[in-house]
Amino acid sequence: MIDDKILADHNLTREEYDYIVKLIGREPNLTELGIFSVMWSEHCGYKSSKVYLKKFPTKGKYLIQGPGENAGVLDIGDGLAVVFKIESHNHPSYIEPYQGAATGVGGILRDIFTMGARPVAVLDSLRFGPLDNPKNRAIMEGVVSGISGYGNSFGVPTVGGEVYFHECYAQNPLVNVCCVGLAEKDRLFFARAQGVGNAVIYVGAKTGRDGIHGATMASAEFGKDTEQKRPNVQVGDPFKEKLLLEACLEAMAKNLIVGIQDMGAAGLTCSTTEMAAKAGTGMEINLDLVPQREEGMNPYEIMLSESQERMLIVAEPDKVQELQKIFNKWDLDAVVIGKVTDDGQLKAYFHGELVINIPVKAVVDLCPAYRRPAKTPAFIKKISRFKMPDMPSDLNQVFLQMVASPNLADKEWVFRQYDHMVQVNTMVLPGADAAVLRLKGLKKGLAMTLDGNSRYAFLNPRRGGQIAVAEACRNLACAGAMPMGVTNCLNFGNPEKPEIMWQFREAVEGIAEACRQFDIPVTGGNVSFYNETEGKAIYPTPVLGIVGLVEDVSTVPAAGFLGNNEVIILLGENREELGGSEYLKLVFDEEKGQPPSLNFETEKRVQECCRQAIRQRLVRTAHDVSDGGLAVALAECSFKSPKRIGFEVRLNDRIRTDALLFGESQSRIILAAKEKNARKILTLARKLKVKAKVIGKTGGKKMVIWHRNKKVVEQTVEMAYNAWKNTIPGYFKISKGE
Amino acid sequence: MKFGVVVFPGSNCDYDTFHVLQNVMGQETVFLWHKEPDLKNVDCVVLPGGFSYGDYLRSGAIARFSPIMAEVKKFAQAGGLVLGICNGFQILLEAGLLPGAMLRNKNLKFLCQPVYIRIENNKTAFSNAGKKGQVLKIPIAHFDGNYYAPPDLLAELEKNNQIVFRYCDAEGQLTEEANVNGSLHSIAGLMNREGNVLGMMPHPERAAEKILGSEDGKVIFQSMINYLEKKAGTRKKKKVVTTRPAISPLPPLIGTC
Repeated sequence: MIDDKILADHNLTREEYDYIVKLIGREPNLTELGIFSVMWSEHCGYKSSKVYLKKFPTKGKYLIQGPGENAGVLDIGDGLAVVFKIESHNHPSYIEPYQGAATGVGGILRDIFTMGARPVAVLDSLRFGPLDNPKNRAIMEGVVSGISGYGNSFGVPTVGGEVYFHECYAQNPLVNVCCVGLAEKDRLFFARAQGVGNAVIYVGAKTGRDGIHGATMASAEFGKDTEQKRPNVQVGDPFKEKLLLEACLEAMAKNLIVGIQDMGAAGLTCSTTEMAAKAGTGMEINLDLVPQREEGMNPYEIMLSESQERMLIVAEPDKVQELQKIFNKWDLDAVVIGKVTDDGQLKAYFHGELVINIPVKAVVDLCPAYRRPAKTPAFIKKISRFKMPDMPSDLNQVFLQMVASPNLADKEWVFRQYDHMVQVNTMVLPGADAAVLRLKGLKKGLAMTLDGNSRYAFLNPRRGGQIAVAEACRNLACAGAMPMGVTNCLNFGNPEKPEIMWQFREAVEGIAEACRQFDIPVTGGNVSFYNETEGKAIYPTPVLGIVGLVEDVSTVPAAGFLGNNEVIILLGENREELGGSEYLKLVFDEEKGQPPSLNFETEKRVQECCRQAIRQRLVRTAHDVSDGGLAVALAECSFKSPKRIGFEVRLNDRIRTDALLFGESQSRIILAAKEKNARKILTLARKLKVKAKVIGKTGGKKMVIWHRNKKVVEQTVEMAYNAWKNTIPGYFKISKGE
Repeated sequence: MKFGVVVFPGSNCDYDTFHVLQNVMGQETVFLWHKEPDLKNVDCVVLPGGFSYGDYLRSGAIARFSPIMAEVKKFAQAGGLVLGICNGFQILLEAGLLPGAMLRNKNLKFLCQPVYIRIENNKTAFSNAGKKGQVLKIPIAHFDGNYYAPPDLLAELEKNNQIVFRYCDAEGQLTEEANVNGSLHSIAGLMNREGNVLGMMPHPERAAEKILGSEDGKVIFQSMINYLEKKAGTRKKKKVVTTRPAISPLPPLIGTC
């Protein structure tokens, strides 16, 4: 008998239950209820977000496949396609940082290769609580090791991403992993169980009791009993995943596969029902045939297990043998567990008994969608106004403090634990605005970036969403790349609270508008709600992954200064905008005001100017101005300079000096070029109606900034570099040995 | 010359090594599948980087029992040229084809970064294209690259000039800081007494194209080609037929069922 306690354990409401009874015409048994509960969970069913996600533009000139499949697909010409997607693994990473993050990587890799693509790059966006707390350090250390352990072994380079610290993530760290894959355009595979009578084949690792109800766990707030959820986290085996990749790609190359889907969240349940629903077919499986790692598993456990490194394949019966031969070659299980039927039902037998008999359409397509109430939070009014604090007397000291702050400091401690070079395509190493991969044998390449700013989204979610898109596109422009498509990960609190729903709606609408402005489709993504612990929500955190095309990889500029005596040009305009800045938070502990303004026309022109200048090979160094403002952006150009070349810059803007140095006005890019090319860049900027001016020159061992004939910053590169470099490792020093 | 790249389950630099040997160095290159005890008449065997068999035990500890390793051992004992890169080096140590052992990096973390190595001995099959003392910039990517050997063995390695590469700084100085993984005597690359088997932790295949930042790794491959061509010349000049198909951004399939 299904009582209220069982429903509560399954995160289903009484109304939802009554709806299930109506849909299947009887009371479900416990296994069937489990199936509905995971498929209708927020994580799989998107029930609170669906109505808003429809606002994203989903058409574009590069688009092959938009939302609805395992990943989005873009056409990059030469018969090649890019397959990419982002996924969150926030909840598991808090409970068990290493395995949580590792299986996050594993899951997104499978989403990519299930479509016939070889994963060629991973980027991750990580957010933790402040590092002075040992627990946050332990979480960060575990997450980074988990990503490193899985990705390195699998053999996919982790080429970029972001690491950010804030109190709001102390009990809800965010681990968003984005994977990019490469496929032949005419050899893409989809999650469809087509062809009645075709065999349903289970491949990969055996099924155990791990991860049961992972999806429902990720669809609820954490309370004090969080520790007890540890068994809900799956355990990853990157070695097995690597074998699975090679076997799947080989079977695909030999045309042995009709449809394929990975068993991620909700495992066998999700793959069987979704594949059948998408093809308009049904499926009949025998649970006794499912390879099992543990003894005595019941149907409920087999269907809901989230054991990793498994796939479900549909193949024509006469190809099964050849398919099994390939999987055996790679020492993997490949077992026929059932067949495709025409009745639209998922039927499962266990010990000869029919234990599941439900319509797949009901499970997959009829999940309720809620338009939950939204209300502007009371705090928004309070924080939007603030009085500018008095300017500190020693901005030269503040400059040092800024570059050494955890959010702006060097993240090499993280990146060097990731193999970012395997597959020998990585041209631009982690830490630059965008990662760039060459494509072997071709002139063109791929640029990719992962970006978000939750402080902006907290102060003004709509503009926060817009800026996230604009900045990601600007990162790509700094590599000379044209943005092609977007994937996003929307991390929010509990959607049942109207204030959270308001943040979500605003952010989605902001992102949607920006994507339309840049004419790029959203090809899919992930929504992670319930990022709350004991009632405290994270800041709204939309993270944008954008992939761009570089026409000629030999034009890609460096992230740091390359030579002395080069001209430094600023594209865009400095404005007096300090709201939501890293500076305000770091120096005054204030998170108030409005995030910087954004004018799409200006932004687009600045990006176009940067792109054209790069294509004409006029640019030696390009870097966008973002967190930390102009002074920090300039400093980064020196830090990333192979010879640590300094600069001297003169600014005359009639604004507060601190706003000039550390304000985060949008639509600005720093370029460095040789003298004669600098003139050409200025001409180009005039032609494109972009504000551009020469602000100084590279050279020397010092970083010097003048404001209206007053020297406001003067530091040696060496000293500032060390401050920037040593912050993060300083928190993780091994007391002995190192 | 014909190169064979061994593919263990979990090898992940197999394609990279194949790509560089075939498309950059212009050599005929084939994959050698771990289950098949057949070296396909290659002139040189390369054990690539990766995590053979997952390396859940000691790195390389399982791979040494692989069917192909028996053939590689025979090949090496007969004087055949064998290069082990990263995991390949670890496997050569486990298989007893090179002396010593690997410990975890001194900072107990995986390390992926460019390093500088100095050619200590250029009179070898793996370094003859370089000069003694020459500094090469080549990346590393490993967890267990902290070379260890007992003092008497180290003395022997030094005496016999078996240490081919050492970690150094950009100027070629041996410093503790430059020795990132903590290897004894800053050992980055080591050969056997006979000089036909070399293991190195840095990845020369990752530094073989200008567009990726360094071409220094080609010194190692070119040295091997020089050595093999000379050897072939002294016996019977073998005509080198290199097939250079168009490079695909996607790697080819490997092995057969």
